[in-house]
Parts: sequence; C-alpha cells; structure tokens
Amino acid sequence: MIEFRMPSLGADMEAGTLVQWLKQPGDALSKGDIIAVVDTDKGAIDIEVFQDGILDRALVSPGEKVPVGAPLATIRTIGEPAGAVPVAAPPAAASTPAAVSPEPGSARRERRASPGARKAAEELHVDIASVDGTGPEGAITREDVERAASRRRRTGREGFEGMRTAIGAAMSRSKREIPHLYLSTTVDMTKSLAWLTAENETRAVERRLLPIALLVKAVARAAREVPEVNGFWRDDAFRPADGVHVGCAIALRDGGLVAPAIHDTDHRSLDEVMNGLTDLVARARAGTLRSSELSDPTITVTNLGDLGVETAFAIIYPPQVAIVACGRVVQRPWVSDGRIEPRSVMTASVSADHRVVDGRRAGRFLAAIERWLQTPELL
Amino acid sequence: MTHDEIRAQVSHALTSVAPEIDPASLNPSAPLRDQVDLDSMDFLRFVVEVHTRLGVAVPEADYAKLTSLDAIADYVASRQ
Repeated sequence: MIEFRMPSLGADMEAGTLVQWLKQPGDALSKGDIIAVVDTDKGAIDIEVFQDGILDRALVSPGEKVPVGAPLATIRTIGEPAGAVPVAAPPAAASTPAAVSPEPGSARRERRASPGARKAAEELHVDIASVDGTGPEGAITREDVERAASRRRRTGREGFEGMRTAIGAAMSRSKREIPHLYLSTTVDMTKSLAWLTAENETRAVERRLLPIALLVKAVARAAREVPEVNGFWRDDAFRPADGVHVGCAIALRDGGLVAPAIHDTDHRSLDEVMNGLTDLVARARAGTLRSSELSDPTITVTNLGDLGVETAFAIIYPPQVAIVACGRVVQRPWVSDGRIEPRSVMTASVSADHRVVDGRRAGRFLAAIERWLQTPELL
Repeated sequence: MTHDEIRAQVSHALTSVAPEIDPASLNPSAPLRDQVDLDSMDFLRFVVEVHTRLGVAVPEADYAKLTSLDAIADYVASRQ
C-alpha cells in the first residue's frame, strides 16, 4: 500500500485544499493520471499520480486544507488486497477517512453537447455533466465548457491576494538567499524572424509559430550545453536536473503569474514547443494545470516584449538557479560587414545563482542562446 | 453573412480567448489592443478562432490591418 501525499508545487507552497476527487475507490490508476483537483495559491491544479495501482481509500474530503506531505489517499499495487497497511504512517493527524464520491449535485445527467464541447471538456478536465448548457434546448457548447473551466480557478480578491502572497514569499526568499548575477546581450533576430515569416506562410493558421517558441527552444538547447544553469539549489549544493524542462512565465488575466514546464523541451520539435505553449497558456488561464507542470521546471523563461518592454532582468524562482528574460524586438541600426543596416534586435538577459555559476559560464549560456537563434532551422 | 453577424462572430472569437471581456463595453472603432490585454499568443488564438468561425485565414502580413472590431469585421467581409 502506498500513501499518496499532497505534493509540493513550488518552494513557496505550504498547503492545499482538496477541491474534488476525479477517481473513485477501486479505480485503476496509471502513472500520469489526474486523481484530484487541489486549490493552491497558484489556483486550482490537477494532481497526478506517479505510480500504477488501484485507488484504495480517500483520506481527505473536498474542502479540507492539508499541509504539503500529508497523505491524501492510499493506493494499492495491482494484486494487493484492500486495507493493507500503508508503507508510511501519516506525518500529521489523519483526517477522517472519507468515501470518494462525486461532487454534490453532479449526478450524471444525459446532456446534449456539441463535439467541440466534448473535446474541450476532455482537454480541460471538466465533468461535462456538471456544465450548464446555453445552446439550443440547453445543449452544452464549447463556450459553456470553457466558462465552467474558468470558474474552477479562484477569482476575486481572495484568490488574487493569495497568489500575490505566494509570489511575494518566493521572490523575497530568492532575493534574500540567492546571490544573483545579471548578464544581458543584444540578439540579432533578423534571421529568426525571416525564417519564421517564410515558415508561417506555408502553414495553416492553427499551425503558425511565434518567436517565443524559438526562444524557448533556444534556451533549452543552450541549457543542455551549459548544464550548470539547469537544475536546483538544495541542501547547500547544486543538483543538476536530469532533463531540461523549461518553465514558461504566463500572466493570468486577473493578475498573478505561473510558470509551468514544457517537459523535455530540448528534445521537442518547434511544433511541439509551440503546441505546448498554446496548451499551457489555455490551461493556466482555465485553472487546469497539472501538478508536474508546476513542480518540474528546471529553468524559466519570461517574455515581456509583448508589453513593449525592451530590457528585463528577472528574479530567479527557487530552487531553480537561472531565469532568462527577453524584451521586444525593435529595429536598430546594426553594423554588419562594415556597413550600417537596419536589423531586428532583441535584448535577452540571464539572471543566475552565483553560488552555482560565475559570469563566464552564464555568459557562455547567453552566447549559446544567441547562437541558436541565428540558426532557427536547426532548432 | 451580414456585417452584424460577422461582428457577432468576431466578438465570440474574442471572448473565447479572453472570457473576461464584455464586447458591448468596447469601442468598435478604437484600437482593440488599447482596450483589451492581448499578448501575441492571445492574438494568434484569436486569429485561429476567426478562421474557425468565419472561414477566413488571415495571413501574418495582414495582422496590422486587424486594428479594431470594425476593421476586423470589414476585413472578414471583404474576404468572404
């Protein structure tokens, strides 16, 4: 028997509130399945399991707030009898065992829903039986599902203040504990943008790429070359990460931000990176991010260029050791082959933990990003 | 499709990307990005929605023409 515990979704998370169980006792579980929705200072997060098995018992009821590390449920391995003793005793007083039951009032109803609505419900992990339809004769539309997903995310002053508190705690800790070093460079984006324009002319609208996809991939490739920027500072030592999982800062529409990861970014094609970004933005704003997406980033990228910002220096999100920030692309006179000509340029910066890297290695990392952006066709 | 119907579909496309927007509160002739917080990802999703709902694929070279709700509706009408 395995205890499934409240995961930590960042250095600043101390507790979470169970919103809803998405699996029933007796349900088979596969690694990566979403088992529950938990409300945190970052909003509602889909919690995944990391082992195969069968959900045995729920130990926490919807509405209960429990600390990180507290047991949420027991999971038995395939073939194991029900009611076996869990591997570890609960670290905190166990809550009254609660039978896993659907949300009150969510009794399954046969409802008419458009194919688009069903697809959206699947993508956004919304129980379509709980959605109010506004289409003809009460049919559920895609917009109804997206509205229901939005409502899952906490809104209003309480949610906003909770997220600001969490961001404030993480950033204060970062500036207090991490000796930041900051480097920046001006990147000639002319080749990247020309390649992107030509590439997008051959693509259908929904398959177009944005410059941020190139930047995220370039950061991932550069991080693979300079592994000292890719990992975590834990227990007074640098722990390099096994993979490159680039966290992408996403501003939420009612304030605050999250930085979920695109897993194994360095091994993904540009299309996969772009699709990953599109998916993360939609789910971050709908409140349907997965726990692993928030807990796994090994380095973060933030893009403030859309706001007209030319240069930004970001604060490292602990326990990570580096963050890359980029500004907007602007036209500037540029000397090339002894001639002055207009070029599209962008300022990119890296903030790095000086306990782990020095200026030379961080500079090499920044130079690698710039080099990859000169060969977009190889990204 | 009438101009009003096109405008309604454009508004639906916008709210599907930014659900907090009340299209009735927008000035249809004023620059959209001065009234609504849309980043480049939001704008691409909006263009995809316009294509899905109205069957008009906007090339990147024409993005600069999509300045306001009126301009977008005019653009779509001219290509249907």
